[in-house]
Amino acid sequence: MNEHPFEPEYPVDSLTAGVAGGELSGESSIVMEATTLDGVVAKKRLGPLFWICVGWLALNVLGAIFANVLPLKNPYFEDYSVVNAGPGWHHVFGTDDLGRDIFSRVVYGARVSIAAGLGSMVIGFAVGMPLGMLAAYRRGRFDGVTTTVMYVLLAFPAIIATIGVLSFWTPRNLIKIIIVIGIASIPLVYRVVRAATLAVASKDYVLAAKVQGATDRRILMKELLPNIAPVAVSFLVIGIATVITLEGALAFLGLSVNAPTPSWGNMINESRTDLAQNPWLALFPALAMCLFLLCLNFIGDRLRSHYDVAEVKL
Amino acid sequence: MLRYTLRRLALLVGIVFVISVGSFFLIHLLPGDPAVVILGFGASPAAKAQLYAFMGLDKPLIVQYFIWLGHVLHGNLGTSFISQVPVSTTIGAAWLIDLEMIVLSQILAFVTAIPLAMRSARKPDGAFDRILGAGSFTLLAIPSYIIIVFLVIVVSEHLGVPNTGPSSYVPFTTNPAVNLTSMLLPSITLAAGSFVVYYRVLRSDLVATLQEEFITMARSKGISQRRIMWRHAFRPSSVALLGATSVNIGGLLAGGFVVQYLLAIPGLGYELIVQGLEKSDYLLVQGIVFTVSVAIVVISFVFDFIINLVDPRINRE
Repeated sequence: MNEHPFEPEYPVDSLTAGVAGGELSGESSIVMEATTLDGVVAKKRLGPLFWICVGWLALNVLGAIFANVLPLKNPYFEDYSVVNAGPGWHHVFGTDDLGRDIFSRVVYGARVSIAAGLGSMVIGFAVGMPLGMLAAYRRGRFDGVTTTVMYVLLAFPAIIATIGVLSFWTPRNLIKIIIVIGIASIPLVYRVVRAATLAVASKDYVLAAKVQGATDRRILMKELLPNIAPVAVSFLVIGIATVITLEGALAFLGLSVNAPTPSWGNMINESRTDLAQNPWLALFPALAMCLFLLCLNFIGDRLRSHYDVAEVKL
Repeated sequence: MLRYTLRRLALLVGIVFVISVGSFFLIHLLPGDPAVVILGFGASPAAKAQLYAFMGLDKPLIVQYFIWLGHVLHGNLGTSFISQVPVSTTIGAAWLIDLEMIVLSQILAFVTAIPLAMRSARKPDGAFDRILGAGSFTLLAIPSYIIIVFLVIVVSEHLGVPNTGPSSYVPFTTNPAVNLTSMLLPSITLAAGSFVVYYRVLRSDLVATLQEEFITMARSKGISQRRIMWRHAFRPSSVALLGATSVNIGGLLAGGFVVQYLLAIPGLGYELIVQGLEKSDYLLVQGIVFTVSVAIVVISFVFDFIINLVDPRINRE
């Protein structure tokens, strides 16, 4: 009987992972083994909180997709008669210093965050996942070379590099941000996928498939892929959370999408100048972002313990 | 040990090389003629000639890189065309602020995370552990730029604590007391992010270590709980903690940028964003990006070395 929702592993802070990460992953498997002995027998139910989180994320995503169709106020409309109004009947979350409706800006702002999170993870997985699987399956020289290259990239301070590239690669837009963060995430996806594949590649059923004359492609797609999927999915979820955090930081520093476009980070940045008069301006986008991140982290964490990802050391 | 260190050193040199190439090419990401973008329209021919000479802009790319590298190796990162101050001078004046911020935040984070992790690990899944587990998990979802904004709203706007708001920074040498107060919110913000990571890593490692046989042995000898925790369990459990610290440094510096930007503290982040980016002072941005990246990589290298000393098993792969 154990309902501890918070597994002792902390999400590998994907975009900041550096040199030491690789050596240390050995430790965490020992840790996880010990905690499983401790009585954490993965329960086959994900629990209501998990589904509440999924529901919240779905609501956010749907809101972002259908923002145009929903009966929302125009997020760009400046109504100078209600500047810096607190929450009220006409403006549920109040208005900003230009009289724009904060609620609809928060809903529209989700678009940037979600697009950045999903987009860069698509790039990271599209490149990192096949490379990681192939490297772990083939081993040998291919594995040696790719792993070394990825190690060098991993040691590269990704956050600073991202800031650097976005400083120079003007004019900035969402696509460029997605590309830069996506590339930065490739070595992390690679590392996780490779470790996961290594753990299953030596299993008997892979050998059995080989003996039966299955092609490499078939083994990779039918035997290995389904078995590393849980690891990949939980890493994907936590990766999206990390990217959203990073995009927010970039927006806060003025390195993300340009001013009139609402994004959660942008809105927090804009609130900077009149924090004293209108704290609502910072509160609602911050709340939206934190809840979204919390749900993502929770789902990622839950999935990981549910599928007992421990042994492949995330 | 020596072989391991040499191998890591070779890797370090390789990474620094990659960083230098990357930082050099940043300039070429700019749309159009770098000289025009850097100097602005209507720059004097003399300034243009100076920039061309510094970066070798009329020569092939490879040659440009080596010209630039030659300057950098001599500590010359170029001279800002906006403030007329050498970039290395600006960095030299700013980096101590970042250092102070990081050191203060790390002290704060360790002082809170270590005892709390020890208390949690003594009774895993107990009430204390659960509450702290849930609390730290929530804190994990709050980015530093949100923490600092709310600390400013509450502490300096509502409570009116003096010298904590924006632009209240005073150099340590001018007035240590005011300097430390102005560093209060920045260090708390940075410490919060580190605390979560350190607490969670150390707690899970301690829980594992406490189930090892040598701990049972120590217990059966009647050694006090306190002594077991600090003398027997802490060291073997601290390796992942050190690793987490090393991984954390890039995030800390970037978090520091955010805080400096909001509070107008003239550290590297403020120089980078406000002086560099907002004024299009690209040589300053390039210099800071390069210096900070190299610093992070070198610090990680030193940490790897320390981790090795704490747990020599690691280099035996």
